[in-house]
Amino acid sequence: MFSAGAESLLHQAREIQDEELKKFCSRISKLLQAEDLGPDTLDSLQRLFLIISATKYNRRLEKTCVDLLQATLGMAACPEQLQVLCAAILREMSPSDSLSLVWDHTQNSRQLSLVASVLLAQGDRNEEVSAVGQGVLRALESRQPEGPSLRYLLPIMAKVVVLSPGTLQEDQATLLSKRLVDWLRYASLQQGLPHSSSFFSTPRARQPGPITEVDGAVATDFFTVLSTGHRFTEDQWLNVQAFSMLRAWLLHSGPEGLGILDTDDRSEQEGSTLSVISATSSSAGRLLPPRERLREVAFEYCQRLIEQSNRRALRKGDSDLQKACLVEAVLVLDVLCRQDPSFLYRSLSCLKTLHGRVRGDPASVRVLLPLARFFLSHGEAAAVDSEAVYQHLFTRIPLEQFHSPMLAFEFVQFCRDNLHLFGGHLGTLRLSFPNLFKFLAWNSPPLTSEFVALLPALVDAGTALEMLHALLDLPCLTAVLDLQLRSLPASSERPLWDTSLRAPSCLEAFRDPKFQGLFQYLLRPKASGATERLVPLYQLLQPMAGCARVAQCAEAVPTLLQTFFSAVTQVADGALINQLALLLLGRSDSLYPAPGYAARVHSVLSSQFLALCTLKPSLVVELARDLLEFLGSVNGLRSRASLVTSVVSPQGGHCADDHTDEAGLPEPRPDPQGLSVAVKDEDPDSESSHQLHAQQGGCGSHLHPGHGAADPAEDAQCGPVCAHTQHGGVQPPISPRCQHGPAPGLAHGQPAGGEGGRPPAGMKGQRPGTPVQMKRVRESWERRQGPGWAWHPQRPMGLAPAHPLGFVSEPFSPRQR
Amino acid sequence: MLLFSVQPHQPLDTLPDTASTHPGAMVHAFLIHTLRAPNTEDTGLCRVLYSCVFGAEKSPDDPRPHGAERDRLLRKEQILAVARQVESMCRLQQQASGRPPMDLQPQSSDEQVPLHEAPRGAFRLAAENPFQEPRTVVWLGVFSLGFALVLDAHENLLLAEGTLRLLARLLLDHLRLLAPGTNLLLRADRIEGILTRFLPHGQLLFLNDQFVQGLEKELSAAWPR
Repeated sequence: MFSAGAESLLHQAREIQDEELKKFCSRISKLLQAEDLGPDTLDSLQRLFLIISATKYNRRLEKTCVDLLQATLGMAACPEQLQVLCAAILREMSPSDSLSLVWDHTQNSRQLSLVASVLLAQGDRNEEVSAVGQGVLRALESRQPEGPSLRYLLPIMAKVVVLSPGTLQEDQATLLSKRLVDWLRYASLQQGLPHSSSFFSTPRARQPGPITEVDGAVATDFFTVLSTGHRFTEDQWLNVQAFSMLRAWLLHSGPEGLGILDTDDRSEQEGSTLSVISATSSSAGRLLPPRERLREVAFEYCQRLIEQSNRRALRKGDSDLQKACLVEAVLVLDVLCRQDPSFLYRSLSCLKTLHGRVRGDPASVRVLLPLARFFLSHGEAAAVDSEAVYQHLFTRIPLEQFHSPMLAFEFVQFCRDNLHLFGGHLGTLRLSFPNLFKFLAWNSPPLTSEFVALLPALVDAGTALEMLHALLDLPCLTAVLDLQLRSLPASSERPLWDTSLRAPSCLEAFRDPKFQGLFQYLLRPKASGATERLVPLYQLLQPMAGCARVAQCAEAVPTLLQTFFSAVTQVADGALINQLALLLLGRSDSLYPAPGYAARVHSVLSSQFLALCTLKPSLVVELARDLLEFLGSVNGLRSRASLVTSVVSPQGGHCADDHTDEAGLPEPRPDPQGLSVAVKDEDPDSESSHQLHAQQGGCGSHLHPGHGAADPAEDAQCGPVCAHTQHGGVQPPISPRCQHGPAPGLAHGQPAGGEGGRPPAGMKGQRPGTPVQMKRVRESWERRQGPGWAWHPQRPMGLAPAHPLGFVSEPFSPRQR
Repeated sequence: MLLFSVQPHQPLDTLPDTASTHPGAMVHAFLIHTLRAPNTEDTGLCRVLYSCVFGAEKSPDDPRPHGAERDRLLRKEQILAVARQVESMCRLQQQASGRPPMDLQPQSSDEQVPLHEAPRGAFRLAAENPFQEPRTVVWLGVFSLGFALVLDAHENLLLAEGTLRLLARLLLDHLRLLAPGTNLLLRADRIEGILTRFLPHGQLLFLNDQFVQGLEKELSAAWPR
């Protein structure tokens, strides 16, 4: 455990002075020179590693010492403990200009592996990656039994390929493919021999047993990672290594990976009956060129894994591995089908069967995601209706598994990464937003930034209003999900919920048939097209409003609202904008009472209201009555101050004379009558008062669109918003960086600003208030509110946002030091 | 400058097929760091106790002097940034699940650590924030220690999760991390020994139970407990 002792050790290591370090190094040099490989050297090297690794600044070591560390790494008789430390010290110093380490193929493979780890840490300044790659290839070519064991070298090859994809020549790539085929398909089916057989052991006992399946049965087919025994042979180890790197290698050696064209012209063969038949036939498969042969073997391997995963594993570890293998098998099949469509027909039936098998098994839920990706990628080409796959995925899984943090992340990542594949199924995804929001409501810290990226794709004019409601109700959903978990019978896998929180009244309410409708509405899996007023729930669930998970979710909502509005304004027509504006006002006093939530949401809503007005100037006219009603109905003014100011601001916008104050602002007192009094008191002749007095269609007071213009519509175009724009502006109404509300240092996954970014066309450079006008409103406002009230109708956008993850971070600018 | 910011949203039609641009099925880094108790006045800092980067990202062409030093500094900062973020995620998860801070201390060192129930999670790091490539972090909190794998963006998460659990179990067992008075700061050789076998060069391995046992035997032979 990390103790005070460890903390002081770290401090010592950091504070050690150059002079002391020099002495320490010369001591180590002496030990190494004397080839003293005992405990003293081990202890000293452990300390040296700590000294080097504990600081982010460079430590200068004597050249002799560095040279000796490298020499020790190459010493044949040196114990592994010392060599791993030498390598770790050199790696921790990397990148370093004083390194003279080279790949020496006479060393054993464990040493070579350590040398490679140091060389690959250099950042490829001197093409070390390629040098290491060539070294491993030479070992691959040699095939000598006494050569370095490839088991330790194959992972290096995988890393080289990832770090520097173009490093292999075509013939080298062919060689590697050939060797992978051998290991994947032809590893022995007998267990390895024990290293030392005792004198007394009978010859029968020395007979290696056969390899078995995970359920204990004797292996029925070739060796895979799901084949087990007591000891393994070298080629069985290589089988494991080969499969572990297979997907990366297939991608790199594929048609697009190496930049090498396939020798045979596949475009003519693709999809043809001939190629399907030839590929299916195993005897013909052996004659394929190496790269095709590898694909064929990879396909067979995956099919065998899928078959093996159906067996009942005797050990828990193997059962976990079966799931991971299924995921990998589906991912590999996906790669194969993308590279060679002839695999498609052979994969489909097997994967359909697999889907049928795993969909009913909660333990295999993670396999559903790669399966869905497969059907997304290839469903159309194979003319398979995979709608049922997505329906199951989006309906059942979030509902049942929202509390699993890993699944939640993977699910949302799946949606985000595959948006371009959804095509015709995007509708299914979009309608599923209430279900997707469950992941978000429960796991908001890691998922907020994911949703900021995903949300714009989910926003649709048809469901925008319902989505806005759902976003505003997100913290309430968190509370309800908590209740749902508590009311479930105890399961073996305990989801993490706050057991310290006791809210019996909430649980009773959750079970009360009277409220079932509301709870079920909030827990609906799909967009329903209807909206329910959830006010009764807010009161019922008030005892849960303070719990940590709800608070975390409430922190995330402002950012998500920003993202939502910046997306919705791009798809919304005039009518929808009006509805959004009304919804925004209507919901301002109807929010779940999580602490601080209303204030943060109001702050966003007010700036978004102004943005909507800017986007659609006639909104103020069309909704005049509703706006006045809103202003008249404001009770708890302080809580909605920012919103009231926003509503007032565009109205005040078209009063360019000196009476703005009196006319443009309602009496912002908790008295709803205050407004009418104030308005009535105005001089009816005053130009400015028109905006609040104007009658339209004889049905109550409406905003007059301007200075007595004849045509309201025309005037609206150059009314409030024109006034704003004429004066030039700075910020787009929805700034990608704007951050409202969250207390510094508290927020969690608040991404640094929404994706926003793209203000609707024609909105650039506008701001929703002229300086003069804003000043007036501000003065008036402050006068009425009294001291201590800060004015921020729209907080200056683009201020440094809170850290997205809530921790106060140091400026990340090491290069400037 | 902010460490983590959300990538600007890309329009649907220009979204790259990320699986083919970042096909790496590898681990970029492994780290062990401290987790401070939530809800307490712990003023200490988040400490990285051990880290290993498997094959560095390509160094930028930087003609200025001390390029290597700056490069190293950057790598250290990247790892620290991951550690802080894991700590923050873990703390938030602990708070949300109402776990008392004393959960950070084991009841007894002999106790089998229920790793299946330990706080865990995953999150994404956008490209350039802080690594050049986009990465996924998988983490596991065991008492006051955080274990994390920094993965290439499209790694097999289920395998990574299993590997991280295996690594944590091995480290707890072979370094006796839960026994009072032990610390891992001066036992880097054992950690290296475990990593070179179970996560060689950052390659996640499909190891069944018998392979794990075989490797563990090999490890115990090289590092007798």
